[in-house]
Amino acid sequence: MKLKLENLTKRWGAVYGARDVNIEVKDGEFVALLGPSGCGKTTTLLMVAGIYKPTAGVIRFGERVMNRVPPKNRNVGMVFQSYALYPHMTVFENLVFPMKLKRVPAKERRERAQQVAEMMGIGHLMDRKPGQLSGGQQQRVALGRALTKQPELLLFDEPLSNLDARLRLSMRAEIKRLQVNLGITSIYVTHDQVEAMTMADRIAVMRDGLLEAYCPPDELYDRPATLFVAGFVGNPPMNFLDVEVTQANGELRARCLGLDVAVPAERGARAAGKPKVTLGIRPEDLSIVLGEPGGEADTVVAGEVYVVEPLGRDDLIDVQIGQSHVNVLVNPGLGLRLGDPVRLKFNMEKAQFFDPETEQSLLWR
Amino acid sequence: MAMTQRPVRDPVTAQRAQGSFGDSFRSALGPLLFMGPAGFLVVAFFFIPVVIIIAFSLTDMSSSTGFQNWAWVQLENYRKILVHPSSGPILWNTIKYVVLTLSLFNVGMGLVIALLSTHVPRRTGFLFRALWLLPRLTPSVVYVMVWKYIAADAPYGILNQHLLGPLGVKATNWLPAQPWAFVIASNGFIGASFGMIIFTSAIESIPRDYMIAALVDGCSLWQRIRYVILPMIRWPLLFVTTYQTLSLFTSFEQILLLTDGQFGTEVWSLWAYHRALNNYWGNFQWGFGSALAAVLVVIGILMAIVYMRYFRFNELVQEPRIEAL
Repeated sequence: MKLKLENLTKRWGAVYGARDVNIEVKDGEFVALLGPSGCGKTTTLLMVAGIYKPTAGVIRFGERVMNRVPPKNRNVGMVFQSYALYPHMTVFENLVFPMKLKRVPAKERRERAQQVAEMMGIGHLMDRKPGQLSGGQQQRVALGRALTKQPELLLFDEPLSNLDARLRLSMRAEIKRLQVNLGITSIYVTHDQVEAMTMADRIAVMRDGLLEAYCPPDELYDRPATLFVAGFVGNPPMNFLDVEVTQANGELRARCLGLDVAVPAERGARAAGKPKVTLGIRPEDLSIVLGEPGGEADTVVAGEVYVVEPLGRDDLIDVQIGQSHVNVLVNPGLGLRLGDPVRLKFNMEKAQFFDPETEQSLLWR
Repeated sequence: MAMTQRPVRDPVTAQRAQGSFGDSFRSALGPLLFMGPAGFLVVAFFFIPVVIIIAFSLTDMSSSTGFQNWAWVQLENYRKILVHPSSGPILWNTIKYVVLTLSLFNVGMGLVIALLSTHVPRRTGFLFRALWLLPRLTPSVVYVMVWKYIAADAPYGILNQHLLGPLGVKATNWLPAQPWAFVIASNGFIGASFGMIIFTSAIESIPRDYMIAALVDGCSLWQRIRYVILPMIRWPLLFVTTYQTLSLFTSFEQILLLTDGQFGTEVWSLWAYHRALNNYWGNFQWGFGSALAAVLVVIGILMAIVYMRYFRFNELVQEPRIEAL
């Protein structure tokens, strides 16, 4: 089923929960709503579920306008962070509850519950109460309950946030797999950008009730439309430096205290001439240059190691350049220590430029 | 369970583990100190009075014998209760009063108000519940006066003049005409607010996700009440039922003020009061009245035990989260 949100707005008094949100979800697509807490992602989800009535705007399932349709007639399944399994019902009763309300015949109810339970690997837990299950098992039951009613739309509200890190990884893969196999259109609310990046076909980034970006994960990563998106997506986060881009002898250069690098024309053209722009560069687009200084490319900058954080596979080092700091991922074998002088190569082919006033990208808008 | 988790509280183990009587004495002292004040109140204001009442009930003490010439009569007063022609009707009155007030108002109406006022905007609900607290806040005498004026005979009475009169119902003195309706309503309007408060807080403490999940799963508002809310407030429901049954059994204040037991509304506790402390003939039968009261205490204790067993209240009690003293 297709889903379309047109200028969807929810307002309580003067406070906007969501404002002019426009999202189109294709049939069978998996869309993540990503943003920090309070950004309006859950508000948007609850409007789609029918719990909140939109203040303005339109929700369409297919072509049908759903604004006034009560939740029970929307045929959506929902999975919660808290699982929300009814504690007084057994696993079986939880699984059949939505079907019971839809007046599905008892025999079919049993068959469908059994089938979903087998699929979720909870067939042996049917007679248990939720209180007797582990967090992972409860989340499987909750997912099962959302599926037994054969919904046209699945809504996830941070379903993995209560699970421990290891279980989260395996459930993440499992939900993704399940969604692809069943082909049910899904909306997945999360504040975890890794979850959004790994699972979703498209990601809608929200902040303060507004939609900041809506695009596939790789585009979100490589072509962030705003400063917020650039900083929110990616771990460790993108480095930002206030620079001035000047043009001399047909060559663009980005400059600030201690930094002077050449910028490719296709990246820097729209940043040139402004008194101040924000240069964004990801930690993996910076690298350490070994050997004696002198005679190298004009994208190398000298700095000093400020902090070293061993992450196992990499070391994350904070390098001070002039008065700015940048994070760089380096090979732990280099054995860098605090205070070591280093030279960094900026891969300016991947540099981003933003207007610090409007926070909009100077490259992608 | 408790013992295995907190071996120190078991005096024998504690003594063996720590090898000193002083330590186990000290570890027992803390809980005793905590229970002390409540224990004192129960002993002073319940236990001792009950013993005195039971002692009185074995005598023929009355205002005619005074405190000098009374005699022990063993179970004579209880025999009298068994054969007394009023015992049966008054017991039936009591059961009728308790069951109807409890089901219609203290639990029924309390639940309805709680459900209604949690399904409307918060402020409206709060105002609505505050109104229902008024009967409880009003002094009993004033409150019962209000009911008397509602029921009063023609040409007075709110029912006669404003409510039923305009509908063409013949004016009458409503209190003798429908004594039970007034006894139950006047008690119930007070009693409902207790359940209302307990149920409201129980409903409001149901996590929001359950309420949303129920709607998304396909519940109508009514189905959500039936399948989700009621099962989740089962314990508060049982608690209010138990507590209010026991308190209704022994309450007679409103009936005393409203009908004073006339028109066939004498209940057991009022009967005891009338016999022992306040009657028309002026012969206060302290012994017989005490026996009536003792019967009430026994019924109360038996019912408490039955309720606690039947509703399995011990499952309600959680292990404390803090370490033992």
